[in-house]
Amino acid sequence: MEASEEGKSKKKAGASRLCCLCNQRRPVLKRPKTLQQICKECFYEVFEEEIHQVIVKNHLFKSGERVAIGASGGKDSTVLAYVLSELNRRHSYGLDLFLLSIDEGITGYRDDSLETVKRNELQYGLPLKILSYEDLYGWTMDDIVKMIGLKNNCTFCGVFRRQALDRGGALLKVDKLVTGHNADDIAETVLLNILRGDIARLSRCTSITTGEDGPIPRCKPFKYTYEKEIVMYAYFKKLDYFSTECIYSPNAYRGFAREFIKDLERLRPRAILDIIESGEDFRIATSTKMPEQGTCERCGYISSQKWCKACVLLDGLNRGLPKMGIGRARGGVNGDNKDTRKPASAAKSIESKKCGSLDF
Amino acid sequence: MACNSSGCESGSCGREKENGSKAEEEVIGAKKESVCLKCKSNEPMTFGDGGSDDGRFCADCFRSNVYGKFRLAVTSHAMITPSDNVLVAFSGGSSSRVALQFVHELQVKALRNYEASRDRSLPVFGVGVAFVDESAAYPPALSSEMGDAVAWVRSTVLSMSPPEKDLHVVPIESVFGSESVEARDRLVKLLDSVSDETGKEDLLLHLKMLSLQKVASENGYNRLVVGSCTSRLASHVLTATVKGRGYSLSADIQHVDARWKVPVVLPLRDCVWQEITRLCHLDGLKTVELARDQHPQSGINDLVSSFVALLQEENPSRECTIVRTAAKLTPFYFNKIPETDDSCVPMATQRRLKKFNLKYDGSMTTEAFCPICNGPLNDSDSSDLNTFEGCHDSDALFAACCSSCRFQILPQDRSSLEHFGSLLPHHMISQVKHHQKFDSQTYLREKIKDCLLLDDEEAV
Repeated sequence: MEASEEGKSKKKAGASRLCCLCNQRRPVLKRPKTLQQICKECFYEVFEEEIHQVIVKNHLFKSGERVAIGASGGKDSTVLAYVLSELNRRHSYGLDLFLLSIDEGITGYRDDSLETVKRNELQYGLPLKILSYEDLYGWTMDDIVKMIGLKNNCTFCGVFRRQALDRGGALLKVDKLVTGHNADDIAETVLLNILRGDIARLSRCTSITTGEDGPIPRCKPFKYTYEKEIVMYAYFKKLDYFSTECIYSPNAYRGFAREFIKDLERLRPRAILDIIESGEDFRIATSTKMPEQGTCERCGYISSQKWCKACVLLDGLNRGLPKMGIGRARGGVNGDNKDTRKPASAAKSIESKKCGSLDF
Repeated sequence: MACNSSGCESGSCGREKENGSKAEEEVIGAKKESVCLKCKSNEPMTFGDGGSDDGRFCADCFRSNVYGKFRLAVTSHAMITPSDNVLVAFSGGSSSRVALQFVHELQVKALRNYEASRDRSLPVFGVGVAFVDESAAYPPALSSEMGDAVAWVRSTVLSMSPPEKDLHVVPIESVFGSESVEARDRLVKLLDSVSDETGKEDLLLHLKMLSLQKVASENGYNRLVVGSCTSRLASHVLTATVKGRGYSLSADIQHVDARWKVPVVLPLRDCVWQEITRLCHLDGLKTVELARDQHPQSGINDLVSSFVALLQEENPSRECTIVRTAAKLTPFYFNKIPETDDSCVPMATQRRLKKFNLKYDGSMTTEAFCPICNGPLNDSDSSDLNTFEGCHDSDALFAACCSSCRFQILPQDRSSLEHFGSLLPHHMISQVKHHQKFDSQTYLREKIKDCLLLDDEEAV
């Protein structure tokens, strides 16, 4: 199925030299998902049609909904914005689309990618809203990394961004949020959750729609779309996107899973979808202790603890205790009753910024 | 309890090693010339293999720790009881060598108790050893190498008496019912008709299990001991995930797998590879490795092994965490030794079985199984089965298999599939026919027939 199939199809192409889908045009690419040799036009068609089918079969949208697209300026969100607005038109989804971008304050990375999003706003005609960590939390990722170094910085960024997207969505009064998470991302997450022992997350991470019981549900239309195909689409369509890795990411544990999946894809392309299927099929008891949902005492955001994770992390940053909120809860607000908090360091007493003034 | 091994820093399982490990290193540094952490009297062993926990425990404590895990697994899962006849699958590798050694020690102790007891009420369980000769799958076979290996196995088993143990050298082509040249040819043809490298490796594994089951049931054994350790199971968790076998995964990684005619038990499930190799080194347990095992193969299974090795370098407790995560998945009803009303089984055993089985909230659903890998079929797999109406044997085979076997093992076009089906061992094909006849009404009737007053035709 692996190398031999490739060999077979190469021979076939040598013989017929026609796209194996339309049998009319010359093939210009080998489709990463299926290794079929097809022409550009057929590729656009299957790519867009598969996404349309995912949207329809999973009932992702309802007509008249206001939908925010999480836009980072990277390939996933650019292609998402392009394809979604195209499908919206072609199949009359009846959606009101917006671009929502988060500025984490990473010099040399985010400031450049935001320029791309601003161009997307003009190119696709979708209204854009930008929210920054600076405004929301009083800290940029540059500041945070200066304080805590390059380990666990992704935790901070991820937690803050999730809340930022929800707040942005609330400001735009949208009914739904879509993100560009692709099949590779989800497969990586499944593996990561196995490696890290997080059975609760493992049961949720393959859902195409999450947070239906929260303020703003979010969905992932690219759940079954390969990263390589997204890149291919952007390349052939000459879409404008920003293509650098986050400068703070090299140490992320996710890197292990990503490298492995790249090797796996080379051996057996369908393995990425197989991982997702396994994730969906895992026998996880529904009685597995799921966190109880409440609200954060400090800011009102959805939370399973007294304080939401963002508030815990922020509190730690503001009091010069960068380890707070990383690892298991011991002392502090969300931990045991014993008060093990150290007195705030005198060196830095930045007035802690309240987590925004938006009510949920 | 997937992991309480000496090789697992349970406090930091799943997390980056930071302050915790630094503190540990300081402690070890301070106590370098001192005593075993457990018994506080003997000198600690150093294996010098760069692994974790080196120089912490003395030889005795280390050995008793590993053996203790084995014994706990055996007793709490009723793996081996006095009336059993146990077949140990022995490949010559470290894991199965340790399994064999431990089973032997258990048996020796049982024999001693038997001879010392007055009423001789508890018999000593029987132990046999099975060695699968896979050379037919790798022509041209290095017959001299295999001959040497078999001789070594024989002498090893011989050295482990009393009590005496039968050795069964099982050629893998015996799954076809004979050990002739035709059988060997058929094996080669069968493997050749699988184009996927990984599929070929996996099919060989399934055939291996089938041959072990055959020799076990034909020779009156009622348990099959397999030496799989935590590390191997960790790799299996990932390979199963990556092949889309997430549903059946929980069936493969428990202590007991009773979906087979002869239930398979995994007494070393809670021991890690590092412990096993160290024990072999400590006790001078020799192992044999055949030349082909040393060649890395290019399929998914090897990719995953290298990946796990990489993760282990980064964090030595990773294997434990992986297996612990998978252990949280819901097992199947067959993942326990079935209760029995057999009067030969001692009361104590029956009580223990009942007590253990109470933990499983008897999900009474039967499962349909894939004829090739014997994996329980998911709803989406088996719905194909129910709607199947084709008349070709090959259609039946296709419909009966799980999606993973369909992709990586079954040939894609019909004529190759027909040919492939004709080469499969009888046992696998009979599973297909069994599927076709599966009928829930019949199954339910079987369950209640002792209470039915009327025959089927007379029933309302």
